[in-house]
Amino acid sequence: MENNKFVIAVYVENKSGVLTRVTSMFTRRNFNIDTLTVGETERSEYSRITISMSGDDYVKAQLVNQLKKLFVVKKVEVLEDEPIKRELMLIKVSNQSEYRNDIMTAVDVFRASVIDYSTESMCIEVTGNPSKIDAFVKLMQPFGILEMCRTGVVALERGANTLFND
Amino acid sequence: MKLTGAQILVQTLIEQGVTDVFGYPGGQVINIYDALYEYKDKINHILTAHEQGASHAADGYSRATGKVGVCIATSGPGATNLVTGIATAMLDSIPLVAITGNVPCSLIGKDSFQEVDITGVTLPITKHNYFVNKIEDLADILREAFAIAKSGRPGPVLVDIPKDVQVGKYDYEPKAMVEKTPLPKVAQSKIDQAVEMLAQAERPYIYIGGGAAGLGLGKDIVAFADKIDAAIGCSFMGLSAVPNESPRFLGMQGMHGHYASSMAQNEADVILAVGVRFSDRATGNVAKFAKKTKIIQLDPDSAEINKNVRVELGLVGDVEDAFKRIASACEAKSLPMWQDRVKALKAEEVACEEQIAAADKAALTPKQVMDIINAEKPAKTIITTDVGQHQMWAAQYATFDGPRRFVSSGGLGTMGFGLGAAMGAYVATKDPTVLITGDGSFGMNLNELATAVTYKLPIVIVLMNNGVLGMVRQWQTLFFGKRYSNTVLDRKTDFVALAKAFGADGYLAETPVEFKKAFTAALQAGKPVVIDARIDKDEFVLPMLPPGGAIDDIITKVN
Repeated sequence: MENNKFVIAVYVENKSGVLTRVTSMFTRRNFNIDTLTVGETERSEYSRITISMSGDDYVKAQLVNQLKKLFVVKKVEVLEDEPIKRELMLIKVSNQSEYRNDIMTAVDVFRASVIDYSTESMCIEVTGNPSKIDAFVKLMQPFGILEMCRTGVVALERGANTLFND
Repeated sequence: MKLTGAQILVQTLIEQGVTDVFGYPGGQVINIYDALYEYKDKINHILTAHEQGASHAADGYSRATGKVGVCIATSGPGATNLVTGIATAMLDSIPLVAITGNVPCSLIGKDSFQEVDITGVTLPITKHNYFVNKIEDLADILREAFAIAKSGRPGPVLVDIPKDVQVGKYDYEPKAMVEKTPLPKVAQSKIDQAVEMLAQAERPYIYIGGGAAGLGLGKDIVAFADKIDAAIGCSFMGLSAVPNESPRFLGMQGMHGHYASSMAQNEADVILAVGVRFSDRATGNVAKFAKKTKIIQLDPDSAEINKNVRVELGLVGDVEDAFKRIASACEAKSLPMWQDRVKALKAEEVACEEQIAAADKAALTPKQVMDIINAEKPAKTIITTDVGQHQMWAAQYATFDGPRRFVSSGGLGTMGFGLGAAMGAYVATKDPTVLITGDGSFGMNLNELATAVTYKLPIVIVLMNNGVLGMVRQWQTLFFGKRYSNTVLDRKTDFVALAKAFGADGYLAETPVEFKKAFTAALQAGKPVVIDARIDKDEFVLPMLPPGGAIDDIITKVN
């Protein structure tokens, strides 16, 4: 079976301890996830967890079925057909005069923005598909990455479909 | 009416049909115990010797009846002592509600005296758990806990109640006992597919587990097997679901299963699996498990479909309804070739067993012990066990005349489970209860003898005493070059004297004649009796599929 990357959206009760229940299950069942984000939704009683991970069909089915067994989980959906995926990154690179133009060109091309600037460093904000973020990181490596922070993937299905009207 | 949280708890337990609870008092449940004192004519509390015993007793109570078992413990060590019992129930899908006290909310998180995050501790070993921080939620949380414990695939639920919630006051309105949440019915198209597969089957095998046993489907399963001329086998957890006298029943399959049952399963062309999860102890090497077989799996839990073995057809939902629809839609047929093959396998099994028995020159053998128990035990006897060789001998040889009469820790394999579970089973049913145990397992929780004596629970404890940790020793013999690391007990315990010290009776049995005499006397004793049945340390549980092995690797004798 092929090892594919996929994104799962989970509606959970917006209560304390819910994230622990979800992540504890990942540990217990030996699922290794790539990214996980949690946040508010259009309904105040629910939070949305977006999980991105890679695995074969067995892993995907098990993850969905094990999630459904948690009583705090209200809805689980694998986002098929290339959903809209976005990630945000803050990256701090060293600000050396010989590379400054190269960095600024990359910022321009990637439609990123410099949000903090000092004589020693620059902090850049980049948003986009995770692969775009990866590419930007790779580009910055020769210039000296001081620190970086990625949010993990958030994703929605394309079109008018929502998790609750599928 | 306004009641304290502790009173609301006890009232809600009564409302949910609870008549017996097992527990142990402590600082953070004093209020609950005070309420139990108040309602003692409606709810019977059994004080165990240790909280672990209470958890196993609640579990045994549930296994023997299908009712939700309830145990109570205080915060901190009281709560952590329940953990093994909760995990035991989780692995075998037993409905349990465990109630723990905790320090008041104002002291939570401060490492207060006897404070432990028991909802955190039990997160991976409960079906769900709750920390009740508002008295307004208490009654409804308890109701939800009962509903979750018994619905779908059953399991344990823990409710942690801090002291201030027990002390506070709130309105209480009694409600009806919660019903099981109905499961979705399996789609007709899937039922049709199953019927079609079974119609084509030339060598059908109905494989039943704890799910089928819990639903009491035994009679329907036998009737359906008669209709389509199928063989029946079970997992360890499926024991007692079908009475042993049914000629189609080949017994338990798997690591220590009956030869004919394992072989027939391997040769079947269609397996109808009912409420069984294909544990590694049942399948051996999954890559080689039943390779020629198409499997139809019925289960309430969608995560069980394709989890351990690949199945041709997974039917998720109401198992009882799906099974009955399949059974009524299938046409009757006769499969003489398959029946001949099954008969031949059974003949091979009998020959093999006779060979093993003939080679055994010991004064008292496990098989003889089990034969005497089977012959002498009254109708409706419940057999409980601990874990190890004695458990497998019980699983292989014990006969059952009805469902829920085999109470044993399957998935978790908890040594020390038996005595507490036997107490729970007896309290629930008042039916004759026999505990088959070993000297290793019994040593773990024999403190509960005190409880059995105090409450006059006439449990017959058959202690297969070989002076070693026999199951591990068997593995050491077979796979570790007889390097007996820490499996020789060499203890000087006098179990007869120990039984008497607790106020029970004790007998020593070194021959079949002595054992029969002791066992029949014990059944009449009207109090707990320990029979120290001496068996040889080199008795083996056979047949055996080596761990990770397949059916071709089956070991039927040890040289």
